[in-house]
Parts: sequence; structure tokens; C-alpha cells
Amino acid sequence: MASSQTAAAPKTSMLAGLTESRGWLSLWFMLPAALLLLIFLTYPLGLGVWLGFTDARIGRPGVFIGLENYQYLWDDSVFRLSIFNTLLYTTAASILKFVLGLWLALLLNENLPFKSFFRAIVLLPWVVPTVLSAIAFWWIFDSQFSIISWALIEMGLIDERINFLGDPTNARLSVIAANVWRGIPFVAITLLAGLQTIPQSLYEAATLDGASRWQLFRYVTLPLLTPIIAITMTFSVLFTFTDFQLIYVLTRGGPVNATHLMATLSFQRGISGGQLGEGAAIAVAMIPFLLGAILFSYFGLQRRKWQQGGGD
Amino acid sequence: MKFTRRDLMRTTAGLAAGVAGSRLIGGTPAFAQAAEPNYTPEDGASLRVLRWSPFVQGDEDAWIANTKKFTDATGVQVRIDKESWEDIRPKAAVAANVGSGPDIMWVWFDDAHQYPEKLHDVTELADYLGNKYGGWYEGGKDYATKDGKFIGLPLAAIGNAIVYRDSWVKEAGFSEFPKDTEGFLELCKALQKIGHPAGFTHGHGVGDGNNYAHWLLWSHGGRMVDDSGTVVINSPETLKSIQYAMELYKTFIPGTESWLDVNNNRAFLAGELGVIANGISAYRTAQINKDNDPKLAEIAKDIRTTNLPIGPVGKSVELHQTTTAVIFDYTPYPNAAKAYLKFMFEQEQMADWIEKSLGYCCQSLKAFADNPVWTSDPVAAPYSKASETLRPNGYSGPLGYASAATMADYVLVDMYARAVTGQATPEEAIAEAEKRANRYYRV
Repeated sequence: MASSQTAAAPKTSMLAGLTESRGWLSLWFMLPAALLLLIFLTYPLGLGVWLGFTDARIGRPGVFIGLENYQYLWDDSVFRLSIFNTLLYTTAASILKFVLGLWLALLLNENLPFKSFFRAIVLLPWVVPTVLSAIAFWWIFDSQFSIISWALIEMGLIDERINFLGDPTNARLSVIAANVWRGIPFVAITLLAGLQTIPQSLYEAATLDGASRWQLFRYVTLPLLTPIIAITMTFSVLFTFTDFQLIYVLTRGGPVNATHLMATLSFQRGISGGQLGEGAAIAVAMIPFLLGAILFSYFGLQRRKWQQGGGD
Repeated sequence: MKFTRRDLMRTTAGLAAGVAGSRLIGGTPAFAQAAEPNYTPEDGASLRVLRWSPFVQGDEDAWIANTKKFTDATGVQVRIDKESWEDIRPKAAVAANVGSGPDIMWVWFDDAHQYPEKLHDVTELADYLGNKYGGWYEGGKDYATKDGKFIGLPLAAIGNAIVYRDSWVKEAGFSEFPKDTEGFLELCKALQKIGHPAGFTHGHGVGDGNNYAHWLLWSHGGRMVDDSGTVVINSPETLKSIQYAMELYKTFIPGTESWLDVNNNRAFLAGELGVIANGISAYRTAQINKDNDPKLAEIAKDIRTTNLPIGPVGKSVELHQTTTAVIFDYTPYPNAAKAYLKFMFEQEQMADWIEKSLGYCCQSLKAFADNPVWTSDPVAAPYSKASETLRPNGYSGPLGYASAATMADYVLVDMYARAVTGQATPEEAIAEAEKRANRYYRV
């Protein structure tokens, strides 16, 4: 027995080292997540970046061509228009979603009758699959059958149907409106969760000090909510910037590319058009903008100075 | 399109075999039988077919029923999956790229030319069918051949034609539908005046948008590229076609620049429009639902169809949609796949499928042109010419990456839409289209 123990000792200690040492153990626990990230995130991203530097087409691997795809894109008016559209879409939709979402969150935070029911109802646009809500909007914005046009004509407010998706400006406003409708619940419910973490005692103290409703919001609610706003809006901006389904169903990027976002253009060129390299290059070109948005949220919105209402 | 030495040799060989065969068996068009290939399905073979979702239910039902006959005869199980027609292109591309997926796919337009080396050579089968059934129509054949080899079998052309309300055209003062572009413009002006305007898709509708834009260009003698693939869109003919489109657009119902593929059917069947261009599905939808909806019954009774007007070029030229059945090279059962396609293209099955498709699928082989579906209902007649009048995408250049990408990027559709909506002058719209097309045709 003693001899067998002696023989097994090095093995046991090695096994124990691998299973019990804090360093190894943490490695084991991290490994599944690391593998998932590597396989499903790093590899596709790396492949996408690589494809952007090649002239890969569907059915052909392609060769390295350096920055040629980007040079062509730089000179491509449709691509430049898609950048403008994406920035406009993201900025306008995100600001509206934030303002309306915050407003809704503040309302839902009040002691309303049927509070839970309203909170559940508010989530509906977010729960409905995007394609389904996009199809509903497609009917709402239809050039012939729009219920908005019909209602306004019936009320005698307009004479002709509104060309929602045919006029470039109207089309942009329409897709932004659809995106805002869909995105508000996410912002509202997340901010509502944030609002409920603010201790009631702070409001009471401020009220005793004679703070007005506006001052309560400005000096208590907003500073304490800013970290949540930063996270929520980071996600919201990312979702909006990479939106695809809504545009694909509503306009396919039309009229005359007025609503083409970088994501939809990337699909059109890469998959429908077979130019995988160029499609990948467009997708990669989104990364700097996304990084910018993330950095702004993390390092900007979370700055204590900003949170306390100061400037730089 | 061109009669190559290879074609000549094949035809001559076919004829020689035919003569020899007919001598042996006594006269009937037996030359094809002499060269009949026989494919024995591999042991344990099963097939997966991916097709586009049918627009007319009869098409799917007939295809499945005929497939069952094949399974009963050979024991080869065939699974038929379907996808929305616009999803076929990316699915086929991914299958070709990763080397895995369905054994047979029905692809669109120049898809097969994007990955020809991934497709199984079916020249032997195509030659046999061509010889036996009066030959392939040129347009469909161009889509299915590369360097003289068949990389797929032309399956059908989905015809596009003018669909109009007869009573309103008469009310507008036209006893018959105009045959030329000038007369057509006059009709559209008159229809607008009586409140039943025309509407043609200027939006990113893959089928309707491209059909209309290509008709505008080709009917006026314009081309995207010449025979060598050099972009020649910047031409006086293109300019004339844009000027014509601008005049026509003024007569349309508002909003056509936002239209996708279903908008025109929807508005037409709601009685909003006097004239559209569409597949036969617009008529069939009205016809099928006429018992449940008196309004649709009235529309179905009033619908007439005709081919798109002839422009200065002097003959009928259109894009239509073309679908080709391809076998991927990665299939472990190429013989079963060829046996299946051979079976489905033979007289009994093909004639049945065309008939049950109710005019939606126009034959790719000339011998099927006398199918009763084209004569039983006069509304179907214009669709029988789809394979005959179709011109391949990117005419008159080579099919391939550039032609597919130019169409997928809506270069032509956008050119007309920019000009007709006043976002650019015709010259600016042409210059931009030229630049965009050159990006794809640069190699």
C-alpha cells in the first residue's frame, strides 16, 4: 500500500495541480467561453477582415489585393451615400429613442393604475419579430394603401396620398420612425430598471431641501441614471447602426439608394452580387464607427464630471 | 446566341445519329433515341432539391407528383425544399462556396455563371434533350452554358407581359392595345386622364424593377456592354430610352420608385391601376379567388395581356426571369441527379408540369411550345413567347460575375429611377450608371 502510494504521488500532484491550483482552475473555467469566443466571434471577424483585403467572389477564394476594395469604395458614390444614411439613421433614431424611451421610463416609474399591465404592453414592439413589424410598416407606408394617407384624406387634411417610401426624405424619415417605434421599449424598460435602483431617500432629502421637479430630475435622477444610460445607449446605437431587416423589407435600400445602410449594401454587394471581398470590406468599414460609438459611451458617458453635470 | 463550331459538330453528330437511327427503327424522330444516355442511380442514392417557392400552386403540386413517379420507378428518395425566390441566390452561393447542400438547385439568371466550376457538366443530357425536343431556346441556353458546356439545364422562363384592364383601355379611346412604344405612351397619357393610370416598378424589385428597366433600354437599342464586355451604356440610345421613361413616368400612379416586386400586383388587383407589367400570377390570383370576391371576379373578367410594346429597335426584346436546374459537383449521387432531371424533362412530366403551372413557367425546349396551357386561355398566350423573346442579362456581353453583380446592384434600375424622379439629369444618371458598371466590368 505504501509503495503504491509512493508511485502514485507525482501523478496525483500533477493532477491536483491541474485541477486544484487556482491558476489552472480559472483557466479551465474560462476555456469554454474562450473557445466559444474564438470560434464564433474572433474567427468570423478575422475572416471578414481578411476577405475585405481579397477579391474573393462566391465560389472563388480570391487573392490578396491589399486596400483595393477600400480604394474602389472610397470612389463609390453609393457607398458614400450609405455612410451618410447610416450615420443619419443611427443618430436620429438613437436620439429619438433615448428621449422618448426616457420619457416613457419616467412615466412608468410613477404610481400608475395597472402599472404591470402597461409595462408588459410597452415591451410588445420589442418582442414582435422585426420582420413582422417591418411588414406591418410596409403596409402603413405603402404608396397606395397607407392607412395614414387614408386617414388624413378622410379627415380632409390632405388631398393626395403621401409618398412615404418613394421620396428620399420621406423614405428616410419613415424608416427612422419604424426603427424608433421598435427600439423605444428596450430603452424604456432598461432605464426603468435603472430608475428603480435610485433610493427614494435621495428624493426625500432633495424635496426637503426645496428642490423642484426639474431639479429632482436634473440633480438626482439623471446623474444616478447615467451609467445605465451609457450601457443602454451603447447597445441601442450598435443595434441601430447594424440594422438590416427593417430596410431590407421596407425599401431594399431604395428609392435610388436613399435608405441603403452599410449593412444592407454589404449584403447586396457581397451575397446578391457575389462580390464577397467588397461586401466584407463594407462590413469592416463599419467597425471604426462602431468602435467610436462604444468608446464614446464607455469613456465619455461614464465620466464622473459629465455625470455630475460638468463639462471638460 | 452564337453558333459555335462545337454546336455545329454536336448538331451534325445528332443529325447523323438520327438518320442512322431512323433507318434502323423506321422513320420516327428517333435520332435522339440513338444517343439516349442512361443513368443508373448510385446504390443507396437519395436526392435533395432546393427550388424557389411556387407562385402558382399547380406548379409545385405537379412537380412533387412527378417526382413521386420517379421515386416509385427508381427507389431514389427525393426531398424537395423550397425557399423564397430571392433567397435562392445567397443559398446557392453558400452551397457552392462551402461545397455542401442540396444536390440540385433551381437558380436564377446568371447564378450558374458565378461558380461554373462547382457545377456538374450535363452537356450529354442537355444535348439529348435538345435533340429530342426541338432544341433549346437561345436565351435559356446562354444562361445554362459556359464555354460550350452545359453547366445546368434551362428549366423555364417566368414570362413578363403587359397586364391591363380591357374596359379602361377602351374607355381611354383605344380599341386595341398599342403595339409600339409611342402608341403606348399615348395610351398611358389617356389612362391617366380617366383616372386609371399605369404603374411600372422603379424601385428595387428584383424581378419587376429589372424587367422594366431592361425593356426600356433594349427596346431603344441601348446596351450595358458590348460583345467584349466593354461598358457602352453611355450612348444616344440610352439617352432616348431615359427621355422616353421620363415621359412615361409622368403618367404613372405616384410612388412607383418605392415599389418592390409585389406592389404592382397589389395595386392592380385593388383596382387602382389600368396597366402593369407582370407575370401571369396577377391574373391567376384574380381568377383563383374570383368565387370568394366579386370585385376580383370582375377584374379577372376584364384582364387582358399582351407583350410589351416594340420600341425603335423594331423587335420584341425582354429580360424575363430565367431559372436553370443545376447539379452541384459535390453531390455524391451525380447519376441519380441526372436520371432525375432526365425523367422530369421527358415529355410526360415536362408537359404536365408546364400545363399545371398555368402559364407561369414557359418551356425551355421548343417542342413544348404547343402545350394546351397557351391556347386554352387567351390571357396566357403572351407568356408563351417568354423563352423566345428573352435576352440574357448583360446583353451583349459575356455572362458572369460582372453581369450578375451589375444587376444585383440595381445599376440600370437606379439609372432610370434617378432620372425620372428628377434627382439627376439623364446625362448625369447615365454617367453614374457607366461608372458603377465599370467597377464590375473592370476585369
